[in-house]
Amino acid sequence: MDLEYGPEYDDFRSEVINFIKENEDVKLTGPMRDESRVNWQQKLIDNGYFARSVPKEYGGYGGDMDIIKLRIIAEEFAKSPIPKAMGGQGIQMLVPTLLSLGTEEQKQQYIRPTLRGEMIWCQGYSEPNSGSDLASLQTKGELDGNEWVINGQKIWTSTAQLAQMCFILVRTEPDAPKHQGISYLLMPMDSEGIDRRPIKQMTGDSDFNELFLTDVRIPAENIVGNRGEGWQVANATLGHERGSLADPNVTQNRLNSLIDLMKTETIDGQRVIDKPIFRDRLLSIQGRLMAQQSNALRILSSQINEGQDATLAKFIVKLQGTELRHELEGLAIDAMGELGTLYEDSPHLRDHGAWQQTYMYYLGLIIGGGTNQIQKNIISERALGMPKEPKVQGA
Amino acid sequence: MYFGLSEEQKSLEENISKFLSDNAPLDAIKAVADGEEAKAEEIHKGIIELGLSGLMVPESYGGLELNMLFATVVSSALGAGTAPVPYAGAYVMAPIAITLAGDEDQKNEWLPKIAGGEKVIGVGLSEFVGAREDAGIEFENGKVSGRSLFLIDGKNADAYLLANKSGELFLIDSSSKGITVTELVTVDKTRTSIELTLDKVDATLLPGSSDLSVIEKVLDAGRLMLSADTVGASQVMLDKAVAYSLERKQFGRLIGSFQAVKHMCAEMAAELEPCHSMIWHAAHSQDSSSEDARLMACQTKSHVSEVGKQISKTSTEVHGGMGFTDELGLHYWFKRIGLNRQLLGSPELIREEAGKLQGFDQ
Repeated sequence: MDLEYGPEYDDFRSEVINFIKENEDVKLTGPMRDESRVNWQQKLIDNGYFARSVPKEYGGYGGDMDIIKLRIIAEEFAKSPIPKAMGGQGIQMLVPTLLSLGTEEQKQQYIRPTLRGEMIWCQGYSEPNSGSDLASLQTKGELDGNEWVINGQKIWTSTAQLAQMCFILVRTEPDAPKHQGISYLLMPMDSEGIDRRPIKQMTGDSDFNELFLTDVRIPAENIVGNRGEGWQVANATLGHERGSLADPNVTQNRLNSLIDLMKTETIDGQRVIDKPIFRDRLLSIQGRLMAQQSNALRILSSQINEGQDATLAKFIVKLQGTELRHELEGLAIDAMGELGTLYEDSPHLRDHGAWQQTYMYYLGLIIGGGTNQIQKNIISERALGMPKEPKVQGA
Repeated sequence: MYFGLSEEQKSLEENISKFLSDNAPLDAIKAVADGEEAKAEEIHKGIIELGLSGLMVPESYGGLELNMLFATVVSSALGAGTAPVPYAGAYVMAPIAITLAGDEDQKNEWLPKIAGGEKVIGVGLSEFVGAREDAGIEFENGKVSGRSLFLIDGKNADAYLLANKSGELFLIDSSSKGITVTELVTVDKTRTSIELTLDKVDATLLPGSSDLSVIEKVLDAGRLMLSADTVGASQVMLDKAVAYSLERKQFGRLIGSFQAVKHMCAEMAAELEPCHSMIWHAAHSQDSSSEDARLMACQTKSHVSEVGKQISKTSTEVHGGMGFTDELGLHYWFKRIGLNRQLLGSPELIREEAGKLQGFDQ
């Protein structure tokens, strides 16, 4: 057991701390793709604090894949209020996919603007009748000359209203078994025949959309991997998405805010944190979080040290992390009582309504990214070796 | 950076598991539970031969001078095997207390004998943690009087290590005059428990223990041992549940193919897997005297106890009616986890302590 990163990383950490100090006044207020955001994103790339291991010729920093350095960057940025590197499905899912499976032209064309935040992507996976059973998707793609013609409907498409591009799964081989009939296409969102309708969520926001696709034509070369290999291509990126949900280090920041909140809020003049039952709930959550942080260290270690297995440790992150975060946000609401239900711009609102908003948002994450029930199937089948449900005939 | 067990630690765990599966199978555990003390003594001798009694004793006193991480590895393996042997009190808490706070005479008298497996010291800190039945001990003019309950590893011990309410630690020889030993019968028959009634019994103070940090370290160590024991036992309960679900058929299918059963197992695994990392992490924090070592020990004991409770219930349910029988013997793990949960502070009690440690009262 050795939790030191080693002296060679101390200098690196100081560099990161200095950078953060020099830039602590930076605040980004403009909309997505605003010049100030693109410039900040580029500055993070130039310093190696973002897109660190992406090759220079595609717009990355071109550094080594040093997991400890990535960890140090994440740790130090998490401590500071300065703007973090942009995320989103283009950066988290599409870029890694193109790097491993894209053609040279695709890498050249898409990675740089995506990393810079100039090109926003949305993900066209789920359909009204294909949620947890994603591979049953029915949106059609037919090759007509040198163009794909796409027809169908997608749902839960986040940031579709802002996106210039969509990476989309379509059925191109209708006669093949369901997992072998799908292709992974890159669809410009300004194509004719795309109708976007926002879905208003329980939070009041509209992060998601429905996409109605009618005879949408895109160039034949806009395919990643071969025809019929889209399921494998998509699975390569789902791994990236699951890993990025519910990071326990982010939850730690939320726990710190919750402790502050419970020290400030009072009932009949008594601080909430001094009420034993509230305090016990807080400490239970802290105990669970500490377990998840230890689990994250084990995963980190397995990425650095060859031969160390952390398969099960990785499988449980999404399930455990989203449930814990939802409960943490819920405790904050209980700590505020009636005040915890205030929303939008109500008088007496705390923290701009962030606790309610996040409480609901994490219920969405418990469902999204592979529902937590699907996560339990994955854990029991792939990690514990339990059998799959028997197939229903015709499904 | 490496987070996990070393090859040496892994092979220690394997050696203990192998020894226990060869020498302490379920039949042996049942025999011990039915009162066959000789069987327990035989297994105890075996773990002494493996060197486990000397793990925490300094080299200069004949021990191996290993650290808490090694000790959690041992404790987890003993929990997995529901081993009917002294460990947490006799071979971890007692030598740590004497090493930290004993004078030279006390160290010379006890440490080599602990390491050699010649002497067992029972440990009674329950009254420091939270007295029940108005128990407690007082020390005056070299004599201890009062009562102490639920000594760990106290039955047939050669000496007792006891704490008063202010955290000072005392050693008394079990052959001294004025001691009445009452056996306490808990649900867990794989370990023993006793109550001491003391009437002006000769005692020696561990001089260093007037510093409160000594008993805190001893408590942290004890709590981590109980946590590791629970994690080891819980892993076996999960493994047994999965294995049973892949044998048992109902409605023409393995019950492990029903999502209801799969999800129970997945939930157990999701809760338990981080607990392995948590006990290693907490032990390492003790070994490296990290700032949050105490908080981690508290939170580990309370969190692992909660997870253990869930797993011991769920695993029994997966086994259906068989889970409830003595024949299958799953209840030995269930009860072991149940006792671990209460010893040295139940989760609620320890969380209260964890809150104070973080200054929540301020």
